[in-house]
Amino acid sequence: MVLATTTSPRQGTSRGLRRLLEVPDGAYRGALGVLAALFALLLIAFVTSLVIQSRSAFAHFGLSFLTGTKWDAVHTHFGALTFIVGTLETTLIAMFIAIPIGLGCALALAFATPRRLRVPLGTAVELLAAVPSVVYGLWGLLVLAPWMRIYVEPGLAHITGGRFPFGGAQIGTGLLLAGVVLSIMVLPTLVAISRDVLMAVPGTEIEGAFALGATRWQVMRKVVVPSARTGVVGATTLATGRALGETIAVTMVIGNSPAFAHSLFSTSATMASVIANEFTEATEPYHLASLIAVGVLLLVVSVLVNLAARLAVRSVSRERAIGVGIL
Amino acid sequence: MTVMAADPILARRAEIQQIAQDTARRRQLFSRFGMLVCRACLVIALIPLVALLVYVVIRGASAWNWAFFSHLPTPAGIPGGGISNAIVGSVVIDVIAAAAAIPFGIGAGLFLSHSDGRIASVLRLSADVLSGVPSIVVAIFAYIVLVSRHPGSLGHFSGVAASFAIGIIMLPIIIRASETAIRGVPQVLSEAALALGARRATVARKVVLPTALPGLITAVLLAVARGAGETAPLLFTAIGSQFMAWSPLKPMNAIPLVIYQNGIQAYPDLVKIAWGSALFLVVAVLILSVGSRMVATRLRRVRRD
Repeated sequence: MVLATTTSPRQGTSRGLRRLLEVPDGAYRGALGVLAALFALLLIAFVTSLVIQSRSAFAHFGLSFLTGTKWDAVHTHFGALTFIVGTLETTLIAMFIAIPIGLGCALALAFATPRRLRVPLGTAVELLAAVPSVVYGLWGLLVLAPWMRIYVEPGLAHITGGRFPFGGAQIGTGLLLAGVVLSIMVLPTLVAISRDVLMAVPGTEIEGAFALGATRWQVMRKVVVPSARTGVVGATTLATGRALGETIAVTMVIGNSPAFAHSLFSTSATMASVIANEFTEATEPYHLASLIAVGVLLLVVSVLVNLAARLAVRSVSRERAIGVGIL
Repeated sequence: MTVMAADPILARRAEIQQIAQDTARRRQLFSRFGMLVCRACLVIALIPLVALLVYVVIRGASAWNWAFFSHLPTPAGIPGGGISNAIVGSVVIDVIAAAAAIPFGIGAGLFLSHSDGRIASVLRLSADVLSGVPSIVVAIFAYIVLVSRHPGSLGHFSGVAASFAIGIIMLPIIIRASETAIRGVPQVLSEAALALGARRATVARKVVLPTALPGLITAVLLAVARGAGETAPLLFTAIGSQFMAWSPLKPMNAIPLVIYQNGIQAYPDLVKIAWGSALFLVVAVLILSVGSRMVATRLRRVRRD
């Protein structure tokens, strides 16, 4: 109250409002508590509404919803295995490409870039994380897909003589392109977080290793990377979570056919892409419930992956973990 | 010499030094090679990212003209047409989402910054996990709450449903970033205000929040940039429209939707519109991201002076 009466007169117009905000401590804490409770309620409503709306699919199809491969809206037969496998395959391809390159980038940014370039390059990487996924999808579909069809796919097919895993029609879009686009999309996140984790390694340990006569590579390999391992694993897991749930870019480049891929060139579908693709067309109740059930599976997977990642990154340093939350 | 030979530790040290010296050249070469590989990774990673931006700028800029920004979309096959309704839709959807998520998120961030108990840490972790939940799943929640038919729902596609989904995506970012910003405010400031007899609400409003303002602005701009770029939450909420809609209670068009829906068409005119919209979206999102950094540094500098 003291502060309220001694503030400058120019704020006099909003006195009524200020009176209103001048609440006793109990009310203030109560109001904040209510906000926090509302947030918790929102999360509970989120999970329960999805579970309730998908229950009929799980009840009707039982375990065959997870093991069935037939996704047939006409005969009301829904099994999500092809999408689960499709999600795993695209994520695997993406991480297979992104992890080594991302780790190399992070090491280069943390230890092998001139000081002058370090900040601009780091900022560029972080800004690229902000480019919307639909833009990656558009570029993947209109630029990368023709390029894959003309140059990359014939080349790869030549290596194995057109046999597994590079067989079949070369049309550009498909599993491989989805994996490549995903890897490009998760790279900025992966690099930004692992660079932070690598730079958090205590300087004394690094200097000690140099003093013993270790080369720069040995210091990274034997001191920096082992010491930052948990954080790097966390960053990788976080990026994996993002790849698992990425929707729109994958939907644009994967070809959307609900069938097992028998080649890296095959069109396929993921859990996220089938929801994006079919949700508005799902007029039949079991179809809608099944799509929501796929959403529940996606929710469960992403919660597990993110919990693991957060706990790993958080154990490195509390301060860092908060920064990661923003990315 | 005889003394050194007698001491096994010194002998071992000499041996190690010898090995280090003998292998120095090889190790140095290997190290150079390793660092080269790392730098090569950086180049390999930057190529597609730079190519993406170059393509978006070149293809997008050629689609920009006055009609692009002021006209409504035309049906497939008819050249021309613009994204005026998508710009309006995006602004309306994102403003509503931000207007709901900002006070809610900063309030929750304030709560978390005051509390260190078990409940707070569970909430903190759930906010983190929520930010990793795929946006398409959030979209399903918005669909169930506001689009599917039941009492209390609108029962049809609408801009508000999209705002609801995008608000949920913004929320965890605002909560966690504003908590960090608020925790950065020196404790002595609020203690001094409390010692003067100010109530906690007054301290928060007059001392804590103004001091944390740079961080809060960064948090909000980052969250808005993230929300504005999302497409999946719009697919079955705002759903898109060919007409101008000012009312968020109706189906609305939005820029990410235009990119997605036009991009997958075979008509060059529609694809051109998609590229133009992509440039528009990238520019908007980058302005928000860069702006958030600049605002934060500028305000911090002003405060220090």
